Amino acid sequence: MINYFPEEVLEHVFSFLTSHRDRNAVSLVCKSWYNVERFSRGKVFIGNCYAISPERLISRFPRVRSLTLKGKPHFADFNLVLHDWGGYVYPWIEAMAKGCTNLEELRLKRMLVSDASLELIAKSFPNFKSLVLVSCEGFTTDGLAAIASNCRFLRELDLQENEVEDPRGQWLSCFPDSCTSLASLNFACLKGEVNLAALERLVARCRNLKSLRLNHAVPPDVLQKILARAPQLVDLGAGSFVHDPESETYNKLKNVMQKCTSIRSLSGFLDVNARCLPAIYPICINLTSLNLSYAPGIYSKELVKLIRKCKKLQCLWILDTIGDKGLRVVASACKELQELRVFKSDPNDVGNAAITEEGLVAISAGCPNLNSLLYFCRQMTNTALITVAKNCPNFIRFRLCTLDPITPDAVTMQPLDNGFGAIVQSCKGLKRLSVSGLLTDQVFLYIGMYAEQLETLSIAFAGNSDKGMVYVLNGCKKLKKLEIRDSPFGNMALLADTGKYETMRSLWMSSCKVTFGACKSLAEKMPRLNVEIINEGDEMEGGSDDRQNVEKMYLYRTLVGPRKDAPDSVWTL
Amino acid sequence: MSSEITKELLESETSGVLKTELTLGLPGDSLVQKSGIKRGFSDVDLKLANYDQAESQPPPQAQVVGWPPVRSYRKNLIKNCKYVKVGVDGAPYLRKIDLEILSSYQDLLTAMGDMFTCLTICHVLNERKLMDSANGEEYVPTYEDKDGDWMLVGDVPWKMFVESCKRLRLMTSSEAIGLGAAAPSTPSKGSSTSC
Repeated sequence: MINYFPEEVLEHVFSFLTSHRDRNAVSLVCKSWYNVERFSRGKVFIGNCYAISPERLISRFPRVRSLTLKGKPHFADFNLVLHDWGGYVYPWIEAMAKGCTNLEELRLKRMLVSDASLELIAKSFPNFKSLVLVSCEGFTTDGLAAIASNCRFLRELDLQENEVEDPRGQWLSCFPDSCTSLASLNFACLKGEVNLAALERLVARCRNLKSLRLNHAVPPDVLQKILARAPQLVDLGAGSFVHDPESETYNKLKNVMQKCTSIRSLSGFLDVNARCLPAIYPICINLTSLNLSYAPGIYSKELVKLIRKCKKLQCLWILDTIGDKGLRVVASACKELQELRVFKSDPNDVGNAAITEEGLVAISAGCPNLNSLLYFCRQMTNTALITVAKNCPNFIRFRLCTLDPITPDAVTMQPLDNGFGAIVQSCKGLKRLSVSGLLTDQVFLYIGMYAEQLETLSIAFAGNSDKGMVYVLNGCKKLKKLEIRDSPFGNMALLADTGKYETMRSLWMSSCKVTFGACKSLAEKMPRLNVEIINEGDEMEGGSDDRQNVEKMYLYRTLVGPRKDAPDSVWTL
Repeated sequence: MSSEITKELLESETSGVLKTELTLGLPGDSLVQKSGIKRGFSDVDLKLANYDQAESQPPPQAQVVGWPPVRSYRKNLIKNCKYVKVGVDGAPYLRKIDLEILSSYQDLLTAMGDMFTCLTICHVLNERKLMDSANGEEYVPTYEDKDGDWMLVGDVPWKMFVESCKRLRLMTSSEAIGLGAAAPSTPSKGSSTSC
């Protein structure tokens, strides 16, 4: 008789539901639950900003306080998507400014954010507290200045890997003296100068500041002064570190670091002299997260000395300069490791990566809690992958990237099908997978069979025939995002199960064997999908030949039909 | 159950046969050798039965857009470093050093000393050298500049050196004699040396 509970009770019960999935499920039970839920929903996550319109969002959830939006497809990160493809946030802000001024938090990923958008945010939402921008572009520090000046209760300004123009560099001084609420400030990706005195004063008056990530322009002596004022920091990104271990600054830094006993997470070190790393030694024992992937200059030996001290490390991002040997040290020292990302240190220098399958095997043997991996390596073997699968059955994210995208098993010269097969078969909770190396349709058979929880799959240069893609579409019931490049999947696979795409967020296919005609017929058949063709050159000038292969196709489910902001080179069929 | 399957997979690895429990149609005999990275999927599929016989052509990776998949943000960051090759006479392989993160010649010597651990820094007069304590051999740091000439390290201001250095080489003292003002090592005039 739960229908007879008063709404306030239902609302109270629902307030314990934090996950979107739970709330979505609850809203499907009956009309009254749907209504109670929608008025009480505070946080909304929209994985594809074109799946729904801002107006519909606001009409369903009028009291939304926190909005997460994602724009461009993932492969935009690797220059496969036009710069002006879309993902504009302005219409969302405009709509919220009219209908939902309670907005407190905005988290955007791969979106185009203009200064005008930032200014509108600053003006329209009196309770605005948190702005997180990841891999966005289109704004300058002028927009940041508007946020700093006007958002009186700003708690979080987190800029991660954005491309930002910096015409004036005075945005930091725009934080008024009355602003004391900042708990998190990350401007590591900004390239320009900041007003150092203003920064010091800001840090001094924000007693709740827990997370601070500086950019390259903050010199070590200022870093030292800041740390002296903020020993309560939990997360530190040191942009520029000291170079000379004989210097006064180095000594001061070393001393102040000893007092920073709350630091659990360390990143940055864009330029650092390896001989100055001992300054960090005192805090290593407390670190749970370490990101040295922006620091190419640290030699393996120094890196290893540092990591040996980080016994509580759970998350490590490093460059492949660490080598297999260094990874063995990680395996022996960091027993609680859960996430490891090993990036390529020299993207232009192919074939010289110091990492092979041996490092990964060592890690898997030493770190049984490993659940998230990103691994750029020169070579891999099936035996290694099978061993890793056995050692670490808890993988949630497993992303492998071999330098040569079709490299076979380095020992047997066979495809890596069995290795990845073992991964999906052993890791029953696997949600995200990127495969790499020489792969046939077989690997997709395994994925379709075993990867029951898989939500995101990235495929490049793999498979032999349509069957591969069909295995995946048929088997992976929870698949949300499928992105494929340079693989021989064609029309038969694309059209095999058109209904499947309405259960998924999106499908990306580039340099495959899908023709224009097939895309057209898919679009006709499925009105609730947007099927976009991205033309870069003048391939499709004038009439388009149905038999012609499509270079880039991106399709996604949507409730609002074709979008109106696509550039000329993007056709929605 | 999982360990059995794992064992089976491992066995099939070593025996070279793809064993599987599944009986769905397997494309086991239609392995396609990709002849190139860049959209090599023409209408004709090259069917090669045995991978061992297949040529593995080194793919023209520079031409592949977006591979390896590294975010441009990260790529741009790493671009700011300047890696140069460092060779030592007599060593079988080269190393690489990032000059951008060093700030002086002293740093450079230290870095090279760290890398080639058998060498220690040795000051003789005002020269900078590295010495192999095992065989007493002295090495003089030299570099190839933009014009292709081999120069002695240390003559020009540091920044100018970083700008023009293309690669480094530690030459044995005897070979480096022709390279300029550096006289063969003579005992110092009582000032401290650390050899």
